Amino acid sequence: MMNLTRRSFFQVTALSGGGMLIGTIIERAALGQQPPQHKAPPLEPNAFIRIAPDGTVTLISRNPEIGQGIKTMLPMLIAEELEVDWKSVKTEQADLDARYGGQTTGGSRAASNNWIPMRQMGAAARQMLISAAAKQWNVAESECYAKNGRVYHRSTDRSLGYGELAAVAATMPVPDLDSLKFKDEAAYSIIGRPTLGVDVPDIVSGKPIFGIDFEMPGMLYAVYEKCPVFGGKVVSANLDAVKKLPGVRYAFALEGAVTQIGNVIEGDPGLESGVAIVADTWWAAQSARAKLEVKWDEGPGARQSSEGFASHALELSKQKPQRALKEDGNVEEAFSAGAKVLEAAYSYPFISHAPMEPRNSSARFKDGKLELWTSSQQPARGRALVSKILAIPESDITIHLLRAGGAFGRGLTNDYLVEAAAIAMKVPVPVKLLWTREDDMGHDYYRPGGFHYLKGAVDSSGKLIAWRNHFVSFGDGEKWANAAAISPNEFPSTFVPNFGLYSSVMPLVLKTGALRAPSANSQCFVMQSFIDELAHAAQKDPIEFRLALLDTPPAGGQKRNYDVPRMRAVLQAVADRSGWGKRKLADGRALGVAFQYSFQGYFAHVAEVSVSAKQAIQVHKMWVCGDVGSQIINPSGAEAQGQGAVIDGLSELMNQEITLDAHGHVVQTNYNQHGLLRIRQAPQIDIHFVKSDNPPTGLGEPALPPVIPAVCNAIFAATGRRIRSLPIAKLGYTWA
Amino acid sequence: MAIHLTVNGRSMTVDVPGDTPLLWVLRDVLHMRGTKYGCGIGQCGSCTVHLGGQPAYSCITPVSSVTAPVTTIEGLSADGSHPVQRAWLDVDVPQCGYCQAGQMMTTAALLAKTPHPTDAEIDSALNRNLCRCGTYVRIREAVHKAAALITGSPTPHAHAQNAGSPPGAPVEPAA
Repeated sequence: MMNLTRRSFFQVTALSGGGMLIGTIIERAALGQQPPQHKAPPLEPNAFIRIAPDGTVTLISRNPEIGQGIKTMLPMLIAEELEVDWKSVKTEQADLDARYGGQTTGGSRAASNNWIPMRQMGAAARQMLISAAAKQWNVAESECYAKNGRVYHRSTDRSLGYGELAAVAATMPVPDLDSLKFKDEAAYSIIGRPTLGVDVPDIVSGKPIFGIDFEMPGMLYAVYEKCPVFGGKVVSANLDAVKKLPGVRYAFALEGAVTQIGNVIEGDPGLESGVAIVADTWWAAQSARAKLEVKWDEGPGARQSSEGFASHALELSKQKPQRALKEDGNVEEAFSAGAKVLEAAYSYPFISHAPMEPRNSSARFKDGKLELWTSSQQPARGRALVSKILAIPESDITIHLLRAGGAFGRGLTNDYLVEAAAIAMKVPVPVKLLWTREDDMGHDYYRPGGFHYLKGAVDSSGKLIAWRNHFVSFGDGEKWANAAAISPNEFPSTFVPNFGLYSSVMPLVLKTGALRAPSANSQCFVMQSFIDELAHAAQKDPIEFRLALLDTPPAGGQKRNYDVPRMRAVLQAVADRSGWGKRKLADGRALGVAFQYSFQGYFAHVAEVSVSAKQAIQVHKMWVCGDVGSQIINPSGAEAQGQGAVIDGLSELMNQEITLDAHGHVVQTNYNQHGLLRIRQAPQIDIHFVKSDNPPTGLGEPALPPVIPAVCNAIFAATGRRIRSLPIAKLGYTWA
Repeated sequence: MAIHLTVNGRSMTVDVPGDTPLLWVLRDVLHMRGTKYGCGIGQCGSCTVHLGGQPAYSCITPVSSVTAPVTTIEGLSADGSHPVQRAWLDVDVPQCGYCQAGQMMTTAALLAKTPHPTDAEIDSALNRNLCRCGTYVRIREAVHKAAALITGSPTPHAHAQNAGSPPGAPVEPAA
């Protein structure tokens, strides 16, 4: 559990202007983060809270903001315990600094990792301000309380503002974090209130707050042309001709340095070989690029294709699986005893993150120091990568964090950052590297595709008794390609008495990585669809069948990391809210259901869908029920994440696929080929949170996985046609 | 070549190749960075500006072809008081926020022509703008709210709001 407690050092520093700065050095172990790359300077201030003499309270958000609302949510936690009026609070994005502890955005971990520590920041500061006031008035601390940025003396009604107290408070002893008393939840005035995103005023007035907007005097603009096949290298290029083009100042090839290419690619493998063009404007650089001619050595990646993967997978499916990941009971015996036995092959494609803001970073190399401006989700790893690839000590690299125009996991790797740094180190001025959309989609870390060969059996009472899955994925021996693994605990593991999960892998020379709700975003489609097939085979109501499945005791009495009552509760809630089985649907409409536990959240969705004779689909409404613990910290942000997950899932369902042609080149490189849902297709969305007695957990990911199978199961209910591969545009479906 | 433009009511002359898309003139020459680059092929609408009051994809509009006055997100209002901006705040529309300048410009053009759009009219007008975060449900709500603000039936703030971030651009580095 995240807890600062005794393993933390609390620091307070008086500001020269008389204010107060409060923060912590957080032992990395306490935050479950990577060990610090730097030695934290022990006496420098580490600020989460800054109180100016005029009473202005500034709260710092340490994690990168990619649109998930962290820059609002983290300061809300501090502000609640600090006892300040939210309207008067300012918020700031932290730069990368070891003093803030971990600064990664990923895994929907911000709520759970910060729920205790950020409230401790606020509570400790409040306590010190109270102590300062008590000292000034020469009264007992117990006679004082804090409210709305002031400390009051109960019996005399005297009060002092935080600004007036800050200088004295900075000299007060730091409270033992264990002794701090948190506010009673009933007294919350910030947590649990729908709260506007702190950057929204800047967004609606077009302020330059995104990574792409960064500018500095004397800056030039760069593009970077890479090989259409991952790992390909520049052999030669017409650099002399390019240098003569209008506006071009520099053009050069970079040899690149990527981790050796074996049968799988490492996550964040380094700097790819390519040609940089640096010009007065980005358009000048991009225009010159149109005249760039590069001869590439495309390497082994040119010998792979999507068709090749599919036929290889089919071949492997007929052979003995390479590995057994989990075996409970006796699957083969159970199949022979099954009343109904089904077999089905499922598959899903590689897809791209496709955030609206193409990847970019700015960099300046001056006097041996490298300064970077980026929207990385994992800047500490980015700094380590830049250090390793460009042979510059981490202590000479500064990283500033700027708001990202979406990321969905794309920012977890740092290829764009290394490219910007490498280019900046070759020129005497600062540069902004900006990818085109085609660069972004053609050189992504794709969500890996996968193939599942399933067999399942129900007995004569309609109970699921056997399940076998041969998962064909990408990897090398026991090593999976990045984000291409399946967990042996993936549902319905432990819920079926006879259960076998097997795998075989194929080599892959392509970058893959985490996309919003990694693993779950694809596995849930397969598992919840096949469970639906079995429910129909058993002639059971799909929700009744799932509830019975959830009630199955763990096979062999094994331990289960799955809170069944929480999943049952959201499934019941979504049944109730959608009127499942309780209302007459309009002609041609049908409901489908799916659920998933992922990233600490329990979610169940119902989709109401109709399908025309020409396979035109309309999703009329989606119901989303989730349990992410006892508090919805910012209900506005939480609802937005649920709404966004639905739209995201529908995009993936219909249109998204990255394929490799016969030469290993990515085919889809823009939104016209790898589509997003448009507003016309956006359904009504009902978001509901079931509160449970568990610490709050995150919402960036867990609402996504059930979207696709809920719709697919509704399509089956409406038409009798089962969707077993994505995207469904390839099966002839369109949006109505 | 020297090209004359009127941007947000101001006359100006820029010296750029005539085939430069208006988007890149706005961003890198005029340093007005509220208009965003998303796809470069007129698919996503992040670059939407008004040309003579009509929404246009500035990423595929050669600057030499621009004869009508240009309005960008920065020109919607000087102080964020345009009803569309107020509605976007009221509804807390943005997630990442990157596409929203385009969404708002398309909305402002729609409302100028259709003061009380139906959901179907909203969907039809805004179908030219993509949102990767999936804010479409809130966009619909905000368009209705903006319509109500324009016609004088204001609705109360739905969300708590703080004092915001330090204004303006990201931190400029020390020289």
